[in-house]
Amino acid sequence: MSKSDAFNSVSWRLGGISRRDFLKFCSVMAVGMGLPLSAGARIAEAITNPRRPPVIWLSFQECTGCVESLLRSNHPTLEHLILDLISLDYSETLSAAAGHQAEAAKARSIEENKGKFVLVVDGAIPTKDQGIYCKVAGKTALDILNETAPHAAAIVAMGSCASWGGVAASGPNPTGAKGVPEILSNKTVVTIPGCPPNPYNLLSTILYYVTFNKLPELDPQGRPKFAFSRLIHENCERRPHFDAGRFAEQFGDGLHRKGACLYKLGCKGPETYANCPSVLFGETGAGTWPVGVGHPCFGCAEKGVGFSTPMYQLATLKEMTPPVFFGEAFPNKPGVSPGIKTFAAGSAGIVVGAAGAAAITGLGAKKGGNLDQRYGRDEKNARDKEE
Amino acid sequence: MAISRRGFLKGVAGGGGLLLVSGVPFAHARMSKELPPQAVGLLYDATLCIGCKSCMVNCKAQNSVPGGALYKKGMKAPPYDSKGPRGDEGIWDAPQELSGKTLSIIKVYKNGTAETKDTAVNGYSFFKQQCLHCITPACASVCPAGAFRKDPVNGSVYYLAERCIGCRYCQLACPFGVPRYEWDSAWPEVRKCQLCRHRYADGKYAACAEFCPTGATIFGKVVDLRNEARYRLAQKPGTEYDFPIKTVDSTEISRRPIARYAGGTYGLVEAGGTQNIMLSGVSFELLGFRKNIPNSDLPELTWHYIRKILWVFAGVFAGGTSLYAFTHRQEKEESHD
Repeated sequence: MSKSDAFNSVSWRLGGISRRDFLKFCSVMAVGMGLPLSAGARIAEAITNPRRPPVIWLSFQECTGCVESLLRSNHPTLEHLILDLISLDYSETLSAAAGHQAEAAKARSIEENKGKFVLVVDGAIPTKDQGIYCKVAGKTALDILNETAPHAAAIVAMGSCASWGGVAASGPNPTGAKGVPEILSNKTVVTIPGCPPNPYNLLSTILYYVTFNKLPELDPQGRPKFAFSRLIHENCERRPHFDAGRFAEQFGDGLHRKGACLYKLGCKGPETYANCPSVLFGETGAGTWPVGVGHPCFGCAEKGVGFSTPMYQLATLKEMTPPVFFGEAFPNKPGVSPGIKTFAAGSAGIVVGAAGAAAITGLGAKKGGNLDQRYGRDEKNARDKEE
Repeated sequence: MAISRRGFLKGVAGGGGLLLVSGVPFAHARMSKELPPQAVGLLYDATLCIGCKSCMVNCKAQNSVPGGALYKKGMKAPPYDSKGPRGDEGIWDAPQELSGKTLSIIKVYKNGTAETKDTAVNGYSFFKQQCLHCITPACASVCPAGAFRKDPVNGSVYYLAERCIGCRYCQLACPFGVPRYEWDSAWPEVRKCQLCRHRYADGKYAACAEFCPTGATIFGKVVDLRNEARYRLAQKPGTEYDFPIKTVDSTEISRRPIARYAGGTYGLVEAGGTQNIMLSGVSFELLGFRKNIPNSDLPELTWHYIRKILWVFAGVFAGGTSLYAFTHRQEKEESHD
């Protein structure tokens, strides 16, 4: 099968997407993950591969926000891609089937794709009282996860709740909610925290997996490094205001309206690692992410910040590079002081200038003299001639 | 120009008399070495500072109103050190140094890779420069016109522009290099922090402390500030502590571990003690603070010289008179003849 045949075979499934748009999308995804452009071709190959990785999506203690944010992303043909790139065999929200039918589909998919499917989990897992606080089809969330996880090829915890417990695990945590990595402590779990998480981070992770057959590089908390390695504060569009000392003191005050830094309103950007400033929020429009629209960052993607510290409490600056434009204690260390340097340069300039001026004026005088003499002589000659 | 002998003698006598009568330098030379009763000041803790410059920005704004240390008649906007684009003048204000337009400044100390905060090697630290409000201010003692005064109640050192003759002696005398001159002004004045004394009447306090989000600069009575600094130094580094924000007796707090401090409190003994005191994780020498500042009050040195000046004048006058008498002795005798 030639490459164009392979594309044509999936083109109809992608809503009649043009080949050009399709390759464009693949390249954009590659760049979004910090991969070289050539990876776009490999992504295209992986997508057009008829063997689509089956995905089982389990929802536990959740608000469906994670699924909703995924559905709301309106990048051209994205919904087709997410439904056609992967074979979504089970999802409580998106399944056409219901009840026993859906459960049977799940069981069949697990049976058929043992060790091959991708398991996505959103929502926390209650552990108190044998996990009776969340049941699907008569089984506790804890049991479902423990049954399904051993057969999965890769496990992705979608959202803060699945990553460490999120809002469900915030004090007093009556259900003993925990995140997927805590329960599956002996397995590698990719966590994509956020409330809701950026759908492109999930899409990128899955695309990476189906393209390279391995998980992207993860940080100690299991977050893909391409999305969660940089501090929001270091990449924030309002950062110049922070460096210049312009802060919104209250919501709606003059500087808040002018777009000043939200640090004093409790912005958690200085202690939260996420790519929100770069990819913004989903596809909700230009400049729309919490800080962009004027509300301080809540720190939803950072365990111990979001859902743990008070929303408007001042953040602790986690890492900071001292700015280069601040005055320094010893600006010209070590060596000669700037005053002496200037004085020396000035003196040298005066000497050179004086010498130059003297040379020019001296030369000019000489030349002028010669000219006069010559002109005088000529005049004399002319007069002589006249006479 | 010829000066008549009569005119010269009149001048000397008059000058000496004025010196005795006015007593301005003397009164200031013998200033109290004790803290004024209601002495207020600032405690700057560099380990809490995040370099947000909120203090600098609001210092400028709050001192550009009538009564403020930067205010001049007809002033509408704060003066900035660099001009921005038209319509946004001053938006690029990023002063590198204290100046006639900048009363307080946050600077940075960097070493090597500058990775760890409050560390001398391969670290960095912010620090603040502004008037420290000496208990015995040298600027006030050297001012020949009495333009610098120390408030007898709250102890803030302030400036009277109408008395200033522009000699800038204060700039030379200040051991911390604080007072700055408005070099770019047609009618220049000396500028320095006045501890926001114009705001006390409204129940407000120093703007830098009011707008500091982390409690790196706090305002309060000097006695309380010294106790606070002593307490922080006495704690084991890493101990969780409720740092007060804005004022030393504030109910607004920020809980965080106490950092490792280098050395002690700056401003307890320097130049006889100052009302603004500082703590830092990096030694103050590395932060550019002079190490040869004597621990005695500096006006005392001035007084040692000034009190001899009268005798110098008297001596010159007496010596000159006797010399004159001696050299003109014969003239007198001749005239008798």
